Amino acid sequence: MSNRTAFRPLTGLALLLLLWSPLLRAVIETYDFATEEQRQRYHHFVEELRCPKCQNQNLSGSNSAIAEDLRRELHRLLLEGRSDEEIVDFMVSRYGEFILYRPPLDRHTLVLWAFPGVLLLIGVVVGVLLLRRRAVPGAGDEVGDAEVHRRAAQLLDHYRKEQS
Amino acid sequence: MGRLKLFLPLLLFIPLGLLLMKGLQLDPQELPSALLDKPLPAFSLPALGDPGKVLTRDDIVGTKSLINVWATWCPTCRAEHPALVALARERGVRIIGLNYKDERAAALGWLARLGDPYALNIFDAEGRLGLDLGVYGAPETFVVDSAGVIRYKHVGVIDEKVWQENLLPVFEEIQ
Repeated sequence: MSNRTAFRPLTGLALLLLLWSPLLRAVIETYDFATEEQRQRYHHFVEELRCPKCQNQNLSGSNSAIAEDLRRELHRLLLEGRSDEEIVDFMVSRYGEFILYRPPLDRHTLVLWAFPGVLLLIGVVVGVLLLRRRAVPGAGDEVGDAEVHRRAAQLLDHYRKEQS
Repeated sequence: MGRLKLFLPLLLFIPLGLLLMKGLQLDPQELPSALLDKPLPAFSLPALGDPGKVLTRDDIVGTKSLINVWATWCPTCRAEHPALVALARERGVRIIGLNYKDERAAALGWLARLGDPYALNIFDAEGRLGLDLGVYGAPETFVVDSAGVIRYKHVGVIDEKVWQENLLPVFEEIQ
């Protein structure tokens, strides 16, 4: 079996998927914007805002009714010329900070933001302690190179004897 | 001392286990309403039964009420409907309907068939008021006091148990 015959069905599949992809994307409605900057901000927000109905999808990834409504509102707010802060306030005042994939740093979210850092710190401390202990010569079960070589030679010797 | 050190992972694991167990018991679908203790947003929408009649915030404020978000496309709303009818008829609870992203004819047909527990019904075809209320599905029910302040929000079906345990204590407490 040559590579060429195996290749053909795959090519067909790839072409099919390529043809299919515009259809899959069509569930997201298209909006017109006055400026390119507005369009970019729209795309930024649909990525950064979370769909309140779905547990872990952003607005762009969800075709639930509420995500659709929020995309429509977002488009309206952008055309009205609202600033980024105003848009975030609009969303948070209705749906709470749940809607933000990057919640602001405050008293409630301190643990959320600080915990990864704390864990990293603990990891570094533990790592340093382990490395230090290892660096002390003769500590624990560590054996020197000479000892390793001696044991290896012994094993080899033993093995050769069995072979002969 | 060396022996005691062996228990260190266990000591770390116990609080972690408790934390994760607590996490299992929480419902991640339940979002605290951002509008808790905030006044009901202003709105101007037609009545479900009469397209010519405009309802506003003033039609709700004055008496403590439940605002129930419902729609005919929502099977859970169908499930909770008898409980709402009972609340309105047997206990005299004032329930305001927010007919959310629905069709007028279907909604009126539903009420004629299953009974109408609502003192008023707001027809919110585009979900504008729903959006201002932070609604993300149906059914959702808000407890609003006579001053028009949102005091509680319940997401999901209302039945006798939910009413007794969650809504009634709030409803009795408020003015």
